Amino acid sequence: MSQIADRLIDDPGLAAGVASLTPERIEEVVTRVLKGEAGAKLKAYQETCMRCGLCAQACHYYVSHDSDPSYSPVSKTTETIYELINKKGRVEPSRIYEMAQIAYTECNLCKRCAHYCPIGIDTGYAMSMMRRICYQLDVVPQYIRDTSHSHAATMNQMWVKDDEWIDSLQWQEDEARDEFPNLRIPLDKEGAEIYYSVIGPEPKFRTQLIYQAAAIMHVAGVDFTMPSTPGWDNSDMSMFVGDFENMGRLKRSHFESAQKLRVKKIVMGECGHAFRSIYDMGNRWLGYADMPVPVVHAVEFFWELLTEGRIKIPKKLEGPVTIQDPCNIIRGRGLMDKLREVTSMLCEETVEMVPNREHNYCCCAGGGVINCGPPFKNVRMTGNKAKADQLAATGVHTIVCPCHNCHGGLDDIIGYYELGMHPRFLGDIIYEIMEKPEGM
Amino acid sequence: MGRISSWDWEVGRKKVVDSLSPLQDHEWQEEPYVSPDGETLAAIVKVGDGEFSVRTNDEVWESTFEKLWFLRYSPDGRLTALCQQDMEWSLAIDGEPWGDFAEYVWETKFTRDGSSIAAMTKIDNKYSVALNGTPWETVYENANQYALSPDGKRTAAVVQVISLGQADVEGYKKGVFSVAVDGEPWDGRYVNLFTPTFSPDGARVAAQARLTSYDYTIAVDDRPWQKTFQQVWEPVFHPKGAGVAAPVRSGGKWGVALDGQFIWNPRYVQCLGLQYSASGEKLWGVVATGFGKFTVACDNVPWDATFPIVTDLVLSPDGSRAAALTSEYNRNFRIVVDGRVWPGTSDMAWPVVFSPDGANAAAVTEKGGRFHVLVNGKAYEQSFDRAFSPVFSEDGSKVLIRAIENNSCVRIVADVARF
Amino acid sequence: MIEIYTFVSGPLAWIAWSVFVFGSIYRLVSMYNLAKAKDGSSLAYMSLPYSLRSIFHWLVPFGTLGWKSDPLMTIATFAFHICFFLVAIFLGAHVVFWDTAFGISWWSLSDTTGDIISFVVIGACVVFAVRRLALPHVRNVTRAKDWFALLLVAMPFVTGVLAYHQIGPSLLMTILHILSGELLIALIPFTRLSHALFAVFTRSYMGSEFGGVRRVRDW
Repeated sequence: MSQIADRLIDDPGLAAGVASLTPERIEEVVTRVLKGEAGAKLKAYQETCMRCGLCAQACHYYVSHDSDPSYSPVSKTTETIYELINKKGRVEPSRIYEMAQIAYTECNLCKRCAHYCPIGIDTGYAMSMMRRICYQLDVVPQYIRDTSHSHAATMNQMWVKDDEWIDSLQWQEDEARDEFPNLRIPLDKEGAEIYYSVIGPEPKFRTQLIYQAAAIMHVAGVDFTMPSTPGWDNSDMSMFVGDFENMGRLKRSHFESAQKLRVKKIVMGECGHAFRSIYDMGNRWLGYADMPVPVVHAVEFFWELLTEGRIKIPKKLEGPVTIQDPCNIIRGRGLMDKLREVTSMLCEETVEMVPNREHNYCCCAGGGVINCGPPFKNVRMTGNKAKADQLAATGVHTIVCPCHNCHGGLDDIIGYYELGMHPRFLGDIIYEIMEKPEGM
Repeated sequence: MGRISSWDWEVGRKKVVDSLSPLQDHEWQEEPYVSPDGETLAAIVKVGDGEFSVRTNDEVWESTFEKLWFLRYSPDGRLTALCQQDMEWSLAIDGEPWGDFAEYVWETKFTRDGSSIAAMTKIDNKYSVALNGTPWETVYENANQYALSPDGKRTAAVVQVISLGQADVEGYKKGVFSVAVDGEPWDGRYVNLFTPTFSPDGARVAAQARLTSYDYTIAVDDRPWQKTFQQVWEPVFHPKGAGVAAPVRSGGKWGVALDGQFIWNPRYVQCLGLQYSASGEKLWGVVATGFGKFTVACDNVPWDATFPIVTDLVLSPDGSRAAALTSEYNRNFRIVVDGRVWPGTSDMAWPVVFSPDGANAAAVTEKGGRFHVLVNGKAYEQSFDRAFSPVFSEDGSKVLIRAIENNSCVRIVADVARF
Repeated sequence: MIEIYTFVSGPLAWIAWSVFVFGSIYRLVSMYNLAKAKDGSSLAYMSLPYSLRSIFHWLVPFGTLGWKSDPLMTIATFAFHICFFLVAIFLGAHVVFWDTAFGISWWSLSDTTGDIISFVVIGACVVFAVRRLALPHVRNVTRAKDWFALLLVAMPFVTGVLAYHQIGPSLLMTILHILSGELLIALIPFTRLSHALFAVFTRSYMGSEFGGVRRVRDW
């Protein structure tokens, strides 16, 4: 069995934060968060967890590290938040480094362990509270912290300036008009049926996704709009950093930008964590029991377009595919059936991974782990041999993967384990094979 | 006699545009906008390959552009659109570009009377605000969240005054942002600044300020309040100069602070959108009295009824009355005026407008694709394919309905007494 | 000795039960108040149907991923809890006690059955103990509190069996049995065993979140 102390990774954010800590400050912050923000939930979890170890097999880190007990969910909570509760925050700064590395990089907050705990302990929540404490202690991995800073400065995660966003949309509109002469990406169209929202990396690196989405909207005749003002980015690394104040600000900006345009609903691109942020965490911080504006995930939206016949598929994608179930939309929102129906409408044959649906393994990029950047890439690679084995067992080439984080995570795993596979977004597949009437 | 009194207030209806079908030779016509007086309908039209213009009623602007977007009427009736020519951008006002063309221009804003127009401007990769066509002399590597003073004489924006390298977390935490007013930056450096706001006379600027990663407060003319909070929302100036109020979060609950001191103790799950009455005697805001229980509060007294969502708080001109929209899951919209719910629900609703004397309230709603104009809760006899927000006459006795029906644009002046 | 017996089976029993009852009420009420004050955004989602759905599925042996993952643990857990309550409530000697103390009586287990069931409980405790010693992922997170809780529940059964089989001084064993039982009862609200009070709520909450918000099963 290994220990966290044996596998510490240098990170400027964690190091600088820990360097300025004192035991007194740790105690003060831990007490403040535990008394001020945590409540009965965390108390009950810490007290009633029977340390039975059933959750161990739930975790891809544990499975991937040959059942190394230090990676079991209960070990990770015991070594972090439970220890802080027991010791009333009286720990050394160096211990906070270890706790932060566990909380930010060795747990994807995927909640798979929820299916294993008889008592119903929410390890993802416990680890979120640990991250909250680390954030309050200023001990946060550099890259994800920077992303959260971008969120605060620009309301998007990629430092995209206000004009760059609009310019990207107009550029993609121009590009798309070569193929669809009458295509529009209507900006700020009040009263449109749908507000289409994306995540920061799309205007920055993955503009083809905006192109493809616009093409699908155009062909399907969808009355949609995109906002020209901040709020367009639904992503939320502040949530994963533990900066809940900025999470609230971001979500307010997102929902209000849609309310201002008087749309009926928001459709979001193929992202997982952003979905978590709007149906689970961000809305709650703002005091909304439900989303103020319904957000429809791309999987569900494509399902609607395909079942209503607004998009026609003359010939399905050849060859077998497998399906990556993104935690935040499957275990988080039950879209597994629709994802399979959409896939079967698009692809000739599906070979399922095992386990799948809400019992799927996380891609190991989620929960902000991939956003912790290059220093922790290897954590994700060795931490998800389970996924590599799962993928390899399908024997297929193409992975249907409706989540940005899963894409990044799987791409890395595929490269590291030399699997020779290729994850694809649903929108990418639809754009490729849908019927495109001439002269639209 | 104001601007509105000069409009045609004779009761009756007239067709402003007979047919909204694209004019001959127009490849397409985009969504319509109606002038405040209801006499003109405008839309961006594609007139040729890579050539766009604007249709106003049955006329078309003489000028054409490579791109046009964000077509909006100024409150004084001028028609504006962001326009691109030779790969450079400007704001076209009634077809004529304002000032010099720039690398980019966006986010048009108007004063309430329309006398001033502002927009964000990027020139040589540097950012500033342009007021009536003239950009700031000082430019920044980034500027956003800009504000236009009520008198239309000044502008302010959050600006980045220190460059950051990639992933420079420590540099960011030291503070790289400031507020520039008419281009001149505050001396202070902040971790973040949000939503600068002018005082009614335009002399002062307040903004949400993040002093450290964990401490938020309000900065007024670069002077942060003494007290800090877990989070703050948009500050508002007292109309008679008696300070600045803002929603603030403390101990996980929201209240309101005036110049840093609590005037509404933190007891709400949420509190935002503060507005003072004209005299400054009353302070209104949207609050949540419990999780998922939103309503409107005046002077810290919430309305009895609560709703899952409350938006678009609007005050009567003197601020003695208030109206808001409520909804659940963005459906079942209801209009609530002075705490009382108007009958019926709709699929969408637009903010309430009050008559100048505050006695009457009107709003547009949409249900099942049909638009309705309501005055004091009662719908106008006819529904429309589309309706824009109604306007009251200055004496409040008549209401102007601007709508689209049967592919034509109509202008209806109705007696308020008829509702 | 007989005075000690009279004391532990009389006044001390009342004290133990009082501590259990009032301690449990105190813990439940204070936990609920804490939840109301701090967990409003969780309480709002509590749903009876989804709570029951979750509880029902977790009451089925091998009905969940967790139960499937470790069959021995699953069998031990179910056997332990069922037999624990059977013995505690229906053992002949206990039924006599209920009758004397509260004037209520019901069906009782035969002595032989009671004996076998007690051994099942002890066997389950042995499984729990062996897991804590032998399985790295359990050993790694086992602390004194966990051993203490195990000891608390095992002791009444061990002493009970010894007393029943007249191993060791009979009266002393009986006294020890009653004492350990009283200790167990009194400490349930204040140890790991408080899951007896709280598990129904943590389970219900998870069931409500997974059913109502996340729209998937939590098993």
